[in-house]
Amino acid sequence: MTAASPILDIQDLRKSYGANEILKGIDLAVHAQETVFIIGPSGSGKSTLLRCCNRLETPDAGTVTVDGVDLGDPRTDINAMRRRIGMVFQSFNLYPHMKAMDNITLALRRVSKKSRADAEVLALAALERVGLAEKRNAYPAELSGGQQQRIAIARALALEPKVMLFDEPTSALDPELVGSVLAVMSDMARAGMTMVVVSHEMRFARDAADRVVFMDHGVIVEQGSPGEIFGQSQHARTRAFVSQLER
Amino acid sequence: MERFVDTFFNASVIASTWPKILSGMLITVELALSVVVTGLAFGLFLALIRTAQIRLLNAAIVVFVDVLRALPPLVMVLIIYFGLPNVGLTLPSFAVLWLVLAAVLAAFAEEIFWAGILSVRRGQWDAARSTGLTFPDTLAFVVLPQTIRMVLPPLVNRTIAITKNTALGTVIGVPELLNQATTAVSFLSNATPLMLAAIGYLIIFVPVVLFGSWLEQRFAFRKA
Ligand SMILES: Nc1ncnc2c1ncn2[C@@H]1O[C@H](COP(=O)(O)OP(=O)(O)OP(=O)(O)O)[C@@H](O)[C@H]1O
Ligand SMILES: [Mg+2]
Repeated sequence: MTAASPILDIQDLRKSYGANEILKGIDLAVHAQETVFIIGPSGSGKSTLLRCCNRLETPDAGTVTVDGVDLGDPRTDINAMRRRIGMVFQSFNLYPHMKAMDNITLALRRVSKKSRADAEVLALAALERVGLAEKRNAYPAELSGGQQQRIAIARALALEPKVMLFDEPTSALDPELVGSVLAVMSDMARAGMTMVVVSHEMRFARDAADRVVFMDHGVIVEQGSPGEIFGQSQHARTRAFVSQLER
Repeated sequence: MERFVDTFFNASVIASTWPKILSGMLITVELALSVVVTGLAFGLFLALIRTAQIRLLNAAIVVFVDVLRALPPLVMVLIIYFGLPNVGLTLPSFAVLWLVLAAVLAAFAEEIFWAGILSVRRGQWDAARSTGLTFPDTLAFVVLPQTIRMVLPPLVNRTIAITKNTALGTVIGVPELLNQATTAVSFLSNATPLMLAAIGYLIIFVPVVLFGSWLEQRFAFRKA
């Protein structure tokens, strides 16, 4: 594999629900250490696209390749791959019956086959990266939304992913809690994590994004630097959407 | 008053029947434990099979569950106890009662477990699968622990209600608590054995009820 080959390579991806075609042939390549933002109206297929990237949804056609491995190949061990594809959800989805620490160690122990002691060392390191080591014995219900989302990020980070997928990670948060999550994401981007972020936090995208992708009705309308997309886009659809965000 | 005491708490009747009542209690406890353990285990097993979403199997489970929930247990007990010998299969009365009650409990428990599994939010599955957990691991470590916390109250209530049907042993001659009492009543023409049986049931089931409430509190669900 050459240094230039993408970490995440999506080619002609198609997905329908019944007669409803949600993704109509998506091509997108994300290279190592890149941070790519995906924006677009509700229902344009952003979540579906992310969920196809770790096979939470099975595409109808096209390929998704992660770190050179075709996820659709029947010989691919999808669970081994998934642990290298971190995912962060809008609604955090922490396991409510487990302490923060156990939320993180579960996959380390069951998927990465670490001993409890080794898993806890890795989990603690991940908790430190999101600034919540002191909350390791807290249950999700005892944490703020922002803290829960940072624990969820730590849960994915601890598995040492090659790429992280974020699906509107801050849109369920009270405005005053958004910053703490974005700060963690900035740190990750700076540390060289490859990230695909569905988010409409435009100020954050301007700072953190290497590239912004605008999706509408299941296709990528255009992509470019934050300046290009948010500034002087050539596409009327993009301009209309961006002006809505600014309001 | 004296007549009342004489009828319901007759000392000489107590003295002569308590060993029988006690042995009936033991049989009732044995039956109850067998029913609870096998019924809940089989109910959970059926709910787990249902998660595999195999159409034909699911349909079979739904039919089994609906039939067993609809039929009065007494009807099933009678049919099996008096019917099966005609096709050359004779089961001891204890086994008949155990089978019927365990199957009924399994049917109700399957419905309760299944509803509980369905009520775990999809995001929990997504999160677990996205970290690479297998389907069985996701069930075992993420979904079932939440399911069990949620279903504990209805499950405990249903289990107690069905287990009390061990008293149906009376009609087919299982020497359980109520049977021992009614037999003694017909010999002695005195209601004291029934009162002893009532006390026996309280001794058996009040701790179960208390244990159930304790369990529910212990595992009170922490909402995220
Ligand atoms: N499991 C499903 N079954 C049927 N339709 C679905 C399913 N999941 C998504 N859809 C439909 O697919 C379309 C795209 O959904 P998707 O969640 O990918 O959009 P989105 O861009 O993430 O929107 P939002 O900004 O609201 O999150 C929507 O119209 C949605 O109703
Ligand atoms: Mg979405």
